[in-house]
Amino acid sequence: MTPALGMFLAFVAFTLVITYFSARKTSGASSYFAAGRRITGWQNGLAVAGDYMSAASFLGISGMIAFSGYDGFMYSVGWLVAYLTVLLIVAEPLRNAGKYTMADVLAYRLSPRPVRAMASLSTLTVSTFYMVAQMVGAGTLVKLLMPGISYEVAVCGVGVLMIVYVVFGGMLATTWVQIIKAILLMSGSIFLSVLVMRQFDYSFTKFFDALGHVTFHTKTGELVTRDFLQPGLKYGAQIGNGYGPLDLISLGLALVFGTAGLPHVLVRFYTVPDAKTARASVVWAMVIIGLFYIMTTFLGFGAATILNPDNIIDALGKSNPNASAPLLAQKLGGEVFFAFISAVAFATILAVVAGLTISASTSFAHDFFTNVIHHGKEQKPGEEVRVARITAFVVGAISIAIAIVLGSGVNVAFLVALAFAVAASANLPVIVLSIFWKRFNTVGACAGLGTGLVSSIVLILISPSVMGIDPETLTTGRHFIQMAPIFPLENPGILSIPLGFLGAIIGTLMTREPSAEARFTELTVRANTGLGAEGASEH
Amino acid sequence: MISPDPADLTPVSGAATDVAPLGRAGDKPSHERTGVDEMGLADWDAIAATREFKELLRSKARFIVPATIFFVLYYFALPVLVGYAPELMARKVWGNLNIAYVFALSQFFMAWALAIIYVGVAMGWDRRAEAILARFGKKSGQ
Repeated sequence: MTPALGMFLAFVAFTLVITYFSARKTSGASSYFAAGRRITGWQNGLAVAGDYMSAASFLGISGMIAFSGYDGFMYSVGWLVAYLTVLLIVAEPLRNAGKYTMADVLAYRLSPRPVRAMASLSTLTVSTFYMVAQMVGAGTLVKLLMPGISYEVAVCGVGVLMIVYVVFGGMLATTWVQIIKAILLMSGSIFLSVLVMRQFDYSFTKFFDALGHVTFHTKTGELVTRDFLQPGLKYGAQIGNGYGPLDLISLGLALVFGTAGLPHVLVRFYTVPDAKTARASVVWAMVIIGLFYIMTTFLGFGAATILNPDNIIDALGKSNPNASAPLLAQKLGGEVFFAFISAVAFATILAVVAGLTISASTSFAHDFFTNVIHHGKEQKPGEEVRVARITAFVVGAISIAIAIVLGSGVNVAFLVALAFAVAASANLPVIVLSIFWKRFNTVGACAGLGTGLVSSIVLILISPSVMGIDPETLTTGRHFIQMAPIFPLENPGILSIPLGFLGAIIGTLMTREPSAEARFTELTVRANTGLGAEGASEH
Repeated sequence: MISPDPADLTPVSGAATDVAPLGRAGDKPSHERTGVDEMGLADWDAIAATREFKELLRSKARFIVPATIFFVLYYFALPVLVGYAPELMARKVWGNLNIAYVFALSQFFMAWALAIIYVGVAMGWDRRAEAILARFGKKSGQ
């Protein structure tokens, strides 16, 4: 057994113990879906951070900075600033007026069945795409770090574990898995950053000077020297089709407005006792997430200078940006630290997929099953939780199947882009309009959710992420559609977010719904005072 | 219930809201009560009509609207300048450190500072909301 496998198994064993104790404490819907609303501010802050910092952040951004310098760091900035939207606009009204899902807030004023059905569809879309991306990432990671274990085994392993956490332990187990992962990820990153700075005698002057001239081979085999602090290595106006700067702005829009519409982030605010704690937990999360993303500078730039992009090669002998952080750990901290960082990367994926699974199954059970199919009545006590458990199992199984069918060679970045774009274009407009616009109604909400969902999916399908002409020799990571892309940007946000808002506004103006307008006052009072908000359960 | 303006010919869609309670024999625990159960929880219109509540809303808008506009502009200045004014952003400020990196790093401190200011301001709103509810004999989370 390799040290990495040993550490990973230790993490799994520990989290299973937590799941066992959570399962014993979990009874009833509030306890299963919202951990009894008894999570404290700093705990929820850590859990939000653990839910959010995916393998894409840890391995992906470090790798992007190691290969493209400054432009990779732009992702880090957007991922933190996004939390200001969550803090200022969404978190408190949502906590005050909702119960388990974002659809609860919409259903207060609007006709609940159509609105919940649409919101549930968009939640399931976001969660499934995001989850498949994580699972493919997990499988690829295994191939990268432990050549002995196959892609399929790794995907099934991650899938089964996440099903166990969610089906048996519910929100409480998920929360603790996320908290532990956040602590592991932070300590690993801090230690690695210190090791990087030790190479430069803890001098920032030396560190930034070394970044000024990194010499490496480009994809075409040319030997070049670049200043890695200089913007434009990846998204410059002279690179590729010239749409780089616009793509970066479009990405920023999806990040800043999408995070506040991500179902797995929003459900976390229902696990705390009140809006005040929800607010505190966002601030805790911002401190942790911000520190982590600042450290990506050391991880990524460290890999660029100490390892050099030429030497970042995975177990299969291919140049692979995702291997940057683990290889840096190996070089600076030896085999044991390499094992630790690899185990942290797995833990990261597990915590994120567990969060996605519980938000998907909550939405299906609470919004679609109980409220749409059964008109808001449980036919037998405890039915909603039972349905959620079954859904978690089904969602997990489907994601395993999709991830195995897609295979490890496929480029999954577009799945994450899609998740953020749908969240920003479908979910955010209807959340914001239903909280702030009195005239908003059911037709508007369904039109907004529909337009946002369809426009982001269509724009991704005709974007360079999916369409493109590859040379015959390329065997892995080929584009799905071998045609020149119709839409020039990889990120659809710049077009699909306005379309989502437009759909919601036009839909609203076409009809009037007096009952929705009448209940706006109630929603406003609830959202701003917390009157009627559901508190922590007694046990 | 607002009746639509008779001069307005746009059709009325959507039924009166039909959130139904989750089923359970006997009294439901608080966490399973839905909107309809709690319609009579308070006189929403009376609370909304108080001067204090209106002032609370105005005070929130006065902070949240400018703060949101500020951070959106501050954030998007980064990709816009990096993309369209690369020479400016490449200018060195300290050793090899350039404006682009300093500006990107400043975003983190901007976000933290705004979050801390928001929490401070929001504590005042909490107190005002509690005071309004106390006048109606209610508590938050009730």
